[in-house]
Amino acid sequence: MTHAITVENVHFSYDDQPVLKDISLAIEQGEFLGLIGPNGSGKTTLLKIMLGLQTPDRGTVELFGTPATKFTDGTRLGYVSQHSTDADAMMPVTVREVVKMGRYAHAGLWPLDSEDDEIVDEALDKVGITDLADRRISRLSGGQRQRAYIARALASEADLLALDEPTVGVDADSVEQFYDLLGELNEDGITILLIEHDISVVTEHADTIACLDCELYEHCETRQFLESDALERAFSSARVVGSNALAGGD
Amino acid sequence: MAVGTAHSRRELTALAIGVPLVLLAFAGFILWVFPPLYNLFWGATCSTLDIWLVCSGFLQRGFTAGILIGITAPIVGSYLVNRQMALIGEALAHTAFGGVAIGLFVGAAVPSLNYPLLFALVAAAVGALGMQYIAVKTDGYADIPIAIMLTGGFAVGIAVISYGVVFSATVESYLFGDILFVPFENVQLMVGLTLIVAATVALTHKQLLFITFDREAARLARINVWFYDTLLIVLTALVVVAAMQILGAILVAGMLVIPVAAAMQLTSSFNRGLLLSIVLGQGAIFGGIFLSYYWNIATGAMIIIVAIIMYIASVVGNPLQ
Repeated sequence: MTHAITVENVHFSYDDQPVLKDISLAIEQGEFLGLIGPNGSGKTTLLKIMLGLQTPDRGTVELFGTPATKFTDGTRLGYVSQHSTDADAMMPVTVREVVKMGRYAHAGLWPLDSEDDEIVDEALDKVGITDLADRRISRLSGGQRQRAYIARALASEADLLALDEPTVGVDADSVEQFYDLLGELNEDGITILLIEHDISVVTEHADTIACLDCELYEHCETRQFLESDALERAFSSARVVGSNALAGGD
Repeated sequence: MAVGTAHSRRELTALAIGVPLVLLAFAGFILWVFPPLYNLFWGATCSTLDIWLVCSGFLQRGFTAGILIGITAPIVGSYLVNRQMALIGEALAHTAFGGVAIGLFVGAAVPSLNYPLLFALVAAAVGALGMQYIAVKTDGYADIPIAIMLTGGFAVGIAVISYGVVFSATVESYLFGDILFVPFENVQLMVGLTLIVAATVALTHKQLLFITFDREAARLARINVWFYDTLLIVLTALVVVAAMQILGAILVAGMLVIPVAAAMQLTSSFNRGLLLSIVLGQGAIFGGIFLSYYWNIATGAMIIIVAIIMYIASVVGNPLQ
């Protein structure tokens, strides 16, 4: 099976503070990877480097066989973040308008057509928010909002979905439904990269786990991972949290 | 992958052929089609209504300029406001004022270069790119380059004016705006700017909206965020220069922000909000011009006051709250 992402000997530091040291891992297409580690362990930075949004100081990253920063096919990638941005709290924009953004990379400068509309409708239906389509996104609950972002990623027909702590501020029932949905998508063949602070949730749903604290402690199947002592090692070595802005939440 | 490249290559080819053709078409329209249309429209309006307000050549030009501003300013403002860049228009207006001062100074010495708005356009564009450069180059807050441009543009303007010999009435008309002071070639320039803004936004609305709403996701979708940021700020510069004649450098930002703020109260949809802000912008322009005529108050000020009354009404009578 070809790899969705390969990371080789990646180093990254903010000023002289190392955040990632010599990280190497390969993610197969169709894998559901949970990325865990203490606050400030460089999870978000690694995710951004893997998606080509940041350039590592050293090392190479390939996205679907192309160097990540040179990867131009935006239609293959979907991203759901914590979304504590001001825009979705203030901006007048409906759920349908947000989901349509998933089609923008396909359409380029041309207008969306009826096929795009169908795909948007399907995406809304798949995550169960068709009845909310014309609501302002800021009026939705945290769980509903995250579904809208998932729908946007679905509408983009991405092969790879990256989620950075997607369930922060979402109620427990919605979290459960949310992960069931991710499981379904993964069964449909979508590669999923998940950063999540709740380790029990990750170990329940992810196929493989990568445990990170500046260095990569382990990247293996979930069952193996639970038998190893990687978690303990990573978290016992955790540096002082909150000393700078490197926390994974950024 | 191959599909994506072919797709964007097809777009580039279309742009390379389309843009010069469209610009030529715009130029032809402004020079040959627009003047007769303009005369036909105002001639008909004047003979139907037969009041000085629509028959005076000064007010006809002022009205036309106002209507064009009421279209372009809220369009560009819709993106700016939702990026918390509301004051960038003000900064660019002040930079443009610096350009006007230089233009008046040069024009006084070299009569063939007596076209201050063109200097304003260049100054605003340079200011826009400068602000963009500072924003990319430094880690500072977004309002730092705004404050620097806002005061810097004025400082240059005042410095040049204090040195040169410029009639204070001319300077005032650019500072506070003057609806009776719009020559026909400026109306033509504004038609051109309006066409450029409308065409660019029609083409890039999706990208601008995506970046406005979710920068990171837009970058991930491999949209060239830097390019569209620069495009938006340059469009803002164009609109500001166009609007400066009516509203003046000091009041320009109001037209970019207030109709949009009112529209945001009244609708949940960005696209409907964009259209509604144009409607409200037209309301402010018409209301402002009529009231300033009946009460004999400065037009630019009255337009902004009407817009603010609309905003307050939209907050108090908000159907969405």
